[in-house]
Amino acid sequence: MKTSYDGVDLRREHLLELARQMILIRCFEEKCAELYSVEKIRGFLHLYIGEEANAVGVMQALEAEDAIVATYREHGHALARGLPPTEVMAEMYGKAAGSSRGRGGSMHICDAAYRFYGGFAIVGGGLPLAVGLALADKMLSRKRLTCCFFGEGAAAEGEFHESLNLAALWKLPVLFVCENNGYAMGTALERSEAVTDIYLHAESLGVPAQTVDGMDVLAVEEATRLAAAKVRAGQGPQFLENRTYRFRAHSMFDAELYRDKAEVEEWKRRGPLVQFKAWTVDRGILTEADFNSLEGEVEHIVAEAVRFAEAAPLEPVADLAKDVMTPGASETEARS
Amino acid sequence: MTEIRTISYREAIREALREALLSDPRVFLMGEDVGRYGGAFACSKGLIDEFGEERIRDTPLAESGFTGAGIGAALGGMRPIVEVMTVNFSLLCIDQIVNNAATLRHMSGGQFSVPLVIRMATGAGHQLAAQHSHSLENWYAHVPGLRVVAPATVADARGMLRKALDDPDPVIMFEHTALYNAVGDLPTTSDLTVDINHAKVRRGGRDASIITYGGSLPKALEAANKLSGEGISCEVIDLRSLRPLDMETVLASVARTHRAVIVDEGWRTGSLAAEISAQIAERALYDLDAPVERVCSAEVPIPYARHLELAALPSVDGIAAAVKKALRQ
Repeated sequence: MKTSYDGVDLRREHLLELARQMILIRCFEEKCAELYSVEKIRGFLHLYIGEEANAVGVMQALEAEDAIVATYREHGHALARGLPPTEVMAEMYGKAAGSSRGRGGSMHICDAAYRFYGGFAIVGGGLPLAVGLALADKMLSRKRLTCCFFGEGAAAEGEFHESLNLAALWKLPVLFVCENNGYAMGTALERSEAVTDIYLHAESLGVPAQTVDGMDVLAVEEATRLAAAKVRAGQGPQFLENRTYRFRAHSMFDAELYRDKAEVEEWKRRGPLVQFKAWTVDRGILTEADFNSLEGEVEHIVAEAVRFAEAAPLEPVADLAKDVMTPGASETEARS
Repeated sequence: MTEIRTISYREAIREALREALLSDPRVFLMGEDVGRYGGAFACSKGLIDEFGEERIRDTPLAESGFTGAGIGAALGGMRPIVEVMTVNFSLLCIDQIVNNAATLRHMSGGQFSVPLVIRMATGAGHQLAAQHSHSLENWYAHVPGLRVVAPATVADARGMLRKALDDPDPVIMFEHTALYNAVGDLPTTSDLTVDINHAKVRRGGRDASIITYGGSLPKALEAANKLSGEGISCEVIDLRSLRPLDMETVLASVARTHRAVIVDEGWRTGSLAAEISAQIAERALYDLDAPVERVCSAEVPIPYARHLELAALPSVDGIAAAVKKALRQ
């Protein structure tokens, strides 16, 4: 980590909040992994453990009216955005009280109240949509931005190039955040891209871009604040390539045959929580006791989320076809 | 008193676009060559001069990008009309249509609607060969979360767009390329919007029901006309909506005529004709006096050579022959 960060509030309250959010995501997801192994959570489960600094750092620079488009690895983004952990957990359980009424599951957490458009599970598929949200804002002269998260694997998709080009061409208020964790499922970046610096792809399409240490929450917040300010100033899109790492497997089905344990251990030593704790404690801003207290607080939140999800009712099967189409819309002649 | 005027299907589409742009500031048109060029089929000719390049928005050749941007803009409060030049190119944006537009409402538990209209030209008949002659309406009609319509007449070309824009869910509108030059009569005044929920009986008849849509409707009507000279009375049904299907109108007709001939420019295997045929078998088998007949495209990539292309597509003679077969004549 660095010694100073432009534009980042380094006072105790803010740093505690960053720690709290990262620990919440970590603790929440560790519980998810546990619940997966006892088959309370099914389907795909993609954990964000190791990457928490990115969602937490980016969200600090976003406003309530900004929109967020994320991927299937979006629990961290949902929690950092402030979605209730109870509802996110209920979604994992497939319950009607879940963020998406149990229709989406782990990969499709949505909440209109937070302008959280949710997890998009086709790699690259969220980018055009983010461009469109920003286009609507520009056409309606609304001063807000759309933040679009995706992994480095998306850079190989045509939709990445199409979307960045459109955003640059039309000077749209999009903040693209590439969370480069080095692996598209099990394929290492150098095995899938001739140019492994993803920010160079963005620059070549006319989107100003930079790399960020995605293991340093303060660096992520700093970079995001600067980039978001440019987007808000009407300068068009900005692009952050956050260099990060996932400590867990791609999904719960992944045997991790494609990377060395030593590599994982090396990144864990640079883990976002490990580093942040050392940095704040060394400077005497936070203490060991603060972290212990946060862990206790967060464990309580996660336990409450599990209790909520366990107790929540299932959607009645009679409502299976609800919300495929807007109610009443199939008889539009009655509405003229 | 209402006067009648005669305009082309292309002009009807343009009028409908213009009316939509005038009546709702959230409406904009986006697609390849819709602006300066005036639209690949000239449907938006002149609109850029009237509405400006913000609302008549030329896009790069990036079907997935601009279709997805249409979905996002719809989520963001606009009422976009995305023109995908032809259904052939829509295969480059089918991910956005099927994985995003169609799913979002249900997948979000009803939180997000996508009030988007996607127009695309479809069909063969101009010797454009295999990659520019597809009829893939059934691919989209297969997908829950989408509404699919096919205006086959000038009145529908003029009237369907407003209803499609009023719909809070994604609507795909298929315009058969063979129809753009067709002409029809419209009243000069009064409400021109049409019902997009129901099929329409375009010609009444007793002996057989010809069920069709889009670019095949003129062929079906011509076949019915020809057969009437031979004493065979055909009812011709224009489906208009391909999803949902108005099977009530179809079944009521079959109950009267006891014979069903389905005309669909898609390939027979897995076609809309197959779906309609299955539903007739499920729900009206005992109304039938003969097996259902299907007139579809031959199962080949549509060839360039004129005689081969004609042999591959549903024809007036082929439809007439199928009706006679159903009548055992």
